[in-house]
Amino acid sequence: MNELVHPYHQFIRPTVTHSSFCPGCGDGTIAQSILRAIDGLGMGMDDFVFVSGIGCAAWIPSPLFNADVLHTTHGRPIAFAFGIKMGLPDKKVMVVSGDGDLVAIGGNHLIQNARRNIEMVVICSNNGIYGMTGGQAAPTTPMGVKTTTTPYGTFENFFEDISGLVVAAGASFVARWTTAHPRQLTASIKKAIQKKGFAFIEVVSQCPVQFGRKMGTGNAVQMLEDYKKRSILIKEAKKLSPEELKGRIVVGEFVDLDKHEMVEEVTRMKGKASGGVGEAVDTGRG
Amino acid sequence: MNGKRVNTGRYFMMGNVACAEGALAAGCEFAAGYPITPATEIANHLAEKLPQVGGAFFQMEDEISSIAAVIGASWTGKKAMTVTSGPGISLMLENIGFAVGVETPCVIVNVQRGAPATGMPTIGIQGDMVQAKYGSHGDYEIIALAPSSPQEMFEQTVIAFNYAETYRTPVFLLSDAFVGHMREEVVIPEPGQIKTVDRKIPELGTDPLKLKGFLDEDVAPMPIFGKGFKTHVTSSCHDEYGKRNLIDISALDKFVRRLSNKILKHKEEITLVERDYEGAEIVLVSYGGVSRAAAAATARAREKGIPVGTLRLITVWPFPGEEIEKMARKTKHVIVLENNLGQVYPYIKAEAAHFAEVSFLPPRLVGEIQDPEDILKKIEEVSK
Repeated sequence: MNELVHPYHQFIRPTVTHSSFCPGCGDGTIAQSILRAIDGLGMGMDDFVFVSGIGCAAWIPSPLFNADVLHTTHGRPIAFAFGIKMGLPDKKVMVVSGDGDLVAIGGNHLIQNARRNIEMVVICSNNGIYGMTGGQAAPTTPMGVKTTTTPYGTFENFFEDISGLVVAAGASFVARWTTAHPRQLTASIKKAIQKKGFAFIEVVSQCPVQFGRKMGTGNAVQMLEDYKKRSILIKEAKKLSPEELKGRIVVGEFVDLDKHEMVEEVTRMKGKASGGVGEAVDTGRG
Repeated sequence: MNGKRVNTGRYFMMGNVACAEGALAAGCEFAAGYPITPATEIANHLAEKLPQVGGAFFQMEDEISSIAAVIGASWTGKKAMTVTSGPGISLMLENIGFAVGVETPCVIVNVQRGAPATGMPTIGIQGDMVQAKYGSHGDYEIIALAPSSPQEMFEQTVIAFNYAETYRTPVFLLSDAFVGHMREEVVIPEPGQIKTVDRKIPELGTDPLKLKGFLDEDVAPMPIFGKGFKTHVTSSCHDEYGKRNLIDISALDKFVRRLSNKILKHKEEITLVERDYEGAEIVLVSYGGVSRAAAAATARAREKGIPVGTLRLITVWPFPGEEIEKMARKTKHVIVLENNLGQVYPYIKAEAAHFAEVSFLPPRLVGEIQDPEDILKKIEEVSK
């Protein structure tokens, strides 16, 4: 019998019959980009441990991905992932979560682990709102937007450059794309997975039901068209003034550099403690 | 490796250091924590010794990430622990509830200090006793042990790891600044004399779809990460397969009951007490550092011919109500001694008051261990 099976069906947990994403949610695109990247590298689910927090994006690996998945408390997936990576250093650890989870309540864990440059991939779905709880203002929600907790409009400056924060913290790979750039996103995810360091990818992602409604930006298609229009590649953005860049989404790979990675440093430390070369790894950095 | 896990010998050792030695002997491989007086010596010692046996201590950015990292490491199969004091436990409570909910073995050492709030870091108050059981939201059971000496810091850390592995639960070691910082004789036996327990894991190659990794009152084998079990771990209400269920109240009922019953069903094996109340008309009930004063007062009272006995709680949670009842039936007066305003006291009274007169004696100054002379006065007062 000829059955049409999606090429990434193998990556989906058999007991999951449907996703819980709203129609038009960008998280579906992110989910598939991740799977495309894994498949494209010839890797499988057993090469990974996925960690996610609380929020819609956290429901990408949990329960969709047919792998070891840890669905943690709000804001903390990166902290849990630290322990997992130290316990299973040979596995790829990937955190998938939202902007509220990773940058608001979880901000310090993001900063510190970028600083540590511990080998892990962190994919941040940035939809500018707290969607799962019904549309509250997030640190990424633009000023003046009426949300359920800001009925007179948001009155705070908002996070305009999460990727910039992570670059400054010291991550060795940082990229930003939108859900209107699935192929570029997939390519960056592949690089991130292979990166020996903290690899962060911010994905500006449409939430038509909560953010779209509150902002009046229309449906998913209209939001994606808007992303395409407003996006600008890094090298093009360099030619513009800060005023000209207002409202634009700068996309591309911001940094991709080599620096001390934490798991290696820990191995070296253990070698030192054991009083000899032991299991120390020669990183060629002297 | 030039480090040994079991440093057999006879030492004059600080309680906190003995705790770290106990962790090594128990097989701890991963520790994470944040500096806090009066627990930091444990972290320092682990930081030095763990790498010598292939493990590591990580100083995290805060206590929240400390317990998170411990739980993550435990899910990779490592025996893991964190050390802190009251303020740190307060920060960790959400994730402790997480560990309970997804059945993660781990050891949490609380070297209690003057509280509430920032309090007094170098004074030992027994102020966080009920927090261990009720601190995180929801109905749940926890295991908590109360050491009263550096020797017990060593021994009970090993027991804590064993309970954690056996029952797939966080286990508290509720010490305090006095017991943690005092120095006394500690005997570390030969490795063969130290019993250690490792968690059961499912057979490798088990079909992930058939794996029931959760909610077994007799403790499901733990489907740790990295073995191909494709385990889905969520602290949302879930079923035995780890599948999230946010709809059916029957699923929530099962989730709540089975997690608690897992501990309560095995209460007898978990309960450790020290009984010395044969023929006693007055029994002093205490735990931790205060039990040393209780023992001293009892000795003096017996010299005077007053029939006094002691019941020392080593396991404070799950609450050893049966032991309290058993003792109260045999005596006339129960005096509860704690270095606080009465934390475990109400639970003891609830069980004992059916059978005996129950009273509470705090220290003259909360933060001090009771003076045995004051205890003796109280004994003489109730024995009239």
